[in-house]
Amino acid sequence: MIGTSARRVGGVERVTGRQRFTGDVRLAGMLHVKLVTLDCARARIAAVDTGAASGVPGVRAILTAADLPRPIPRYGPTYRDRPVLAVGETKFHGEPVAAVVAETEEAAEEAAGLVRVACEELPAVLTVASALDPSAPLVQDPELRPDDLLGRTNIRREWHFGWGDVAAAGADCVVDEVYTFPMVTHFAIEPHAFIAAPDRDGLIIWSSIQHPYLLQAAIAEVVGLPLSKVRVFAPDPGGAFGGKQHAKFEPLLAFLALRTGRPVRLALTLEETFQAVRRSAFEIRVRSGFRSDGTIAFHDTECNALMGAYADIAPRVIAKSGYLICGPYRVPDARIVVRALLSHTTPATAFRGFGTPQVAWAIESQMDEAARRLGVDRLEIRLKNLARRGDEVVPGDRPADGDWAEAVSRAAAAIGWGSPLALGRGRGIAVAIKASATTGASYAIVRLHHDGSVTVMAGTSDMGQGARTVLAQVAGQELGVPLERIAIVMGDTGSVPFDLQTSASRSTVFMGTAVLNACREVRRQLAEIARELFGLAEGEVVVEPGIVRAPGLELRYEELLAQAWGPVRGELIGTGVRRGEHVPAHPLGGPPAFYEFNCTAVELEVDRETGEMLVLRHVSVADVGRALNPAHVEVQDEGAAVMGLGHTLMEHLLLDEHGRIRNLGALDYRIPTTKDLPLELRSLLVENGDGPGPYGAKGAGEGGLLAVAPAVASAVAEATGAVIRDLPLTPERVWQAVEALGRGGRPDPPAA
Amino acid sequence: MSETARVSLTLNGEPRTVEIGAGRTLLDTLRWELDLTGTKECCAAGECGACTVYLDGEAVNSCLVLAAEADGREVTTIEGLGSGGRLSRLQEAFLETGAIQCGFCIPGMVVAADALLRETPRPTLDEVLQGLSGNLCRCGGYTRICAAVLRAAGAADVTG
Ligand code: FES
Ligand code: FES
Repeated sequence: MIGTSARRVGGVERVTGRQRFTGDVRLAGMLHVKLVTLDCARARIAAVDTGAASGVPGVRAILTAADLPRPIPRYGPTYRDRPVLAVGETKFHGEPVAAVVAETEEAAEEAAGLVRVACEELPAVLTVASALDPSAPLVQDPELRPDDLLGRTNIRREWHFGWGDVAAAGADCVVDEVYTFPMVTHFAIEPHAFIAAPDRDGLIIWSSIQHPYLLQAAIAEVVGLPLSKVRVFAPDPGGAFGGKQHAKFEPLLAFLALRTGRPVRLALTLEETFQAVRRSAFEIRVRSGFRSDGTIAFHDTECNALMGAYADIAPRVIAKSGYLICGPYRVPDARIVVRALLSHTTPATAFRGFGTPQVAWAIESQMDEAARRLGVDRLEIRLKNLARRGDEVVPGDRPADGDWAEAVSRAAAAIGWGSPLALGRGRGIAVAIKASATTGASYAIVRLHHDGSVTVMAGTSDMGQGARTVLAQVAGQELGVPLERIAIVMGDTGSVPFDLQTSASRSTVFMGTAVLNACREVRRQLAEIARELFGLAEGEVVVEPGIVRAPGLELRYEELLAQAWGPVRGELIGTGVRRGEHVPAHPLGGPPAFYEFNCTAVELEVDRETGEMLVLRHVSVADVGRALNPAHVEVQDEGAAVMGLGHTLMEHLLLDEHGRIRNLGALDYRIPTTKDLPLELRSLLVENGDGPGPYGAKGAGEGGLLAVAPAVASAVAEATGAVIRDLPLTPERVWQAVEALGRGGRPDPPAA
Repeated sequence: MSETARVSLTLNGEPRTVEIGAGRTLLDTLRWELDLTGTKECCAAGECGACTVYLDGEAVNSCLVLAAEADGREVTTIEGLGSGGRLSRLQEAFLETGAIQCGFCIPGMVVAADALLRETPRPTLDEVLQGLSGNLCRCGGYTRICAAVLRAAGAADVTG
């Protein structure tokens, strides 16, 4: 069962339209919410006039900041910095000033359009340069961060990592360049949807959320209820990619439900979703030293990451990516400065890869630059510096835990590295590692019913990665039960035990282990029952998957339970836990449970006249320890690869001078379609059974996107000679770079 | 309030009549008045294909169609594919190739692919890529979805 490509649990529901997503939930008496927003990023709110709006038939409530407790309730996973509604001024385009609740969506929308907000637009901080400018307006009120030495700047936090002594490190060749990675948005096909409903003396929240237990805690804190009185239902999200990790508008809905005494529903439009979540934009300067043979001497890096008006989880993303910026290499000396900058833009949050695509873009491009200058092959320079199993990548932290060189060699072979290239073509290869979850706790309950069927209760969210299937496979393997006889219950904090989060590709390792432990607990209980029933000694009973054996005895689980319990019946309940404790002394709160390593290689063709690129072949090699369900791992990896092609070739959010997103929605913001695919896309898995998860599994599913941009840029450079350091590599940008080359210059810097 | 209209249509083979706001889209009407939530909404602008349904045998983006336009016509949604509780070959193929991840794009994708196969029963890969280019999926790399369509096409009668 483990290692087979079992069909997706929940697949039939999805292919027939029966799967119920949050937006499909219908409750009796449900009201509809529409947000009132302004036409610019930052404005002082003078007055909100709800008179005309309240006259719209069907309107039940209009909430403004004045209707909320003082000081205004704030929430956020890093800092409690985000107000339930804007107070005093809006800080990003799309931040709600008021919320209208009505009997129908139409009435709510009509009334929202009639709420008059007297306001004055104020200058906004929209770029890294302005966020670092000491004369720029402060995005956040310094009073919110009283003990913070940086409180009177837009630097929300600054980290200094590194080891050795960069200043003293000598090098034969120094490469000093700046790389930019723009804002991009998640664009899950399911826009965010939320429902809140009063429930006796508590609240029920429905949300397409990745972390139901963190949402439960956020709601409990903001409305002042114990956890036990806040129940979160988390229907499987329709894609999340990090964008649905933390509370967005659920706190607002909680107040609206309490105010109206009825269920309230808010389904964001795709445009509103663009204004709700995005990836942090990075500007990274790297000064790298190399020996003449290509050995890395040092990296001296400065990352300025532009997060939004509120921190959400972005500081964690930024810190973690900076910490591991040197990648999967042996680097003798490193200096790493990382800044999380506030701006008047959509709050940046987690996004698949968690900051790694940004830093890998810079470091891998540096490796290429050094290879070109030193005349070393680009594959060679990587293999020369790559950490081998047991080598430290960050001194004192988890050492390299995979056979990464094997993955690189497989990618190189698959792309035909070194074989002759047709004119106009180029190849690129790049690597990256992402630190997995550091800490966290997952609890699971496995119930063996008296007919031998099994219910697994796990707080993971299945957002398409296939958690239900994998957890069912683990239980099926351990208890010898076919998947059709296993039910997976998720997404209800009222009945399913605690899980910290579904992120960082952690669920197979963390929750998988918890389920495995719970199954083994059930097996221990079966052994005990058999011993008591038949008067056997310790060691005489062996419980195998599906079968209990003792000398002269072989019983299926349900047969044993029937004999033991008779008509009274019962069930066995096993609990399992997997915890990773917080380590206060560690810069990230704990070492990663594993590294997610990926090597991506591409071959492409560039039309020098137009800058158009055609990716002929794209190979992604992931070190997954052991693929519990190879088909599901591969399709995740392929999806990550194509998502990586999105931010590499076409995706970026463009802001106008008012801080509004210019390309809001599917018309103007392009993500890959079937027409943008490589002619050949391959996902290869390295399986050495060396992961910390069940049966040697590591996490997977993010790797495929980590190294796409540098691999593609490397291929473009080989095909054309043009080196580009700003994403995305649109045809226009490639064409300009090629043209500039013809004129003997460097490509023009990107427009802000 | 806006005026209402009475719309009678044949929905998944059954006659249905609804009273709706005149400006209501077919998508909203299906999801809110007719309790068929299998058809999904993402962009509401004709760009993503999540809302694809059949209107008189032709695949359309139901977010761009007014419900009033469906009056007197035949609408088939994802819930109307397959027969007698059995999955169609195409639906089976989606399961077999591992084409389904979060599944949010899948109802629209299946209807679009079903329409493609009715039009072109033996499509080439290029025809599949072309035919599904209006349907966005953010989870996968599309390759398995295309494989599912080709697999279903190889399996004779796709209307199953
Ligand atoms: S919702 Fe209709 S095309 Fe996107
Ligand atoms: S399966 Fe998730 S969007 Fe296609």
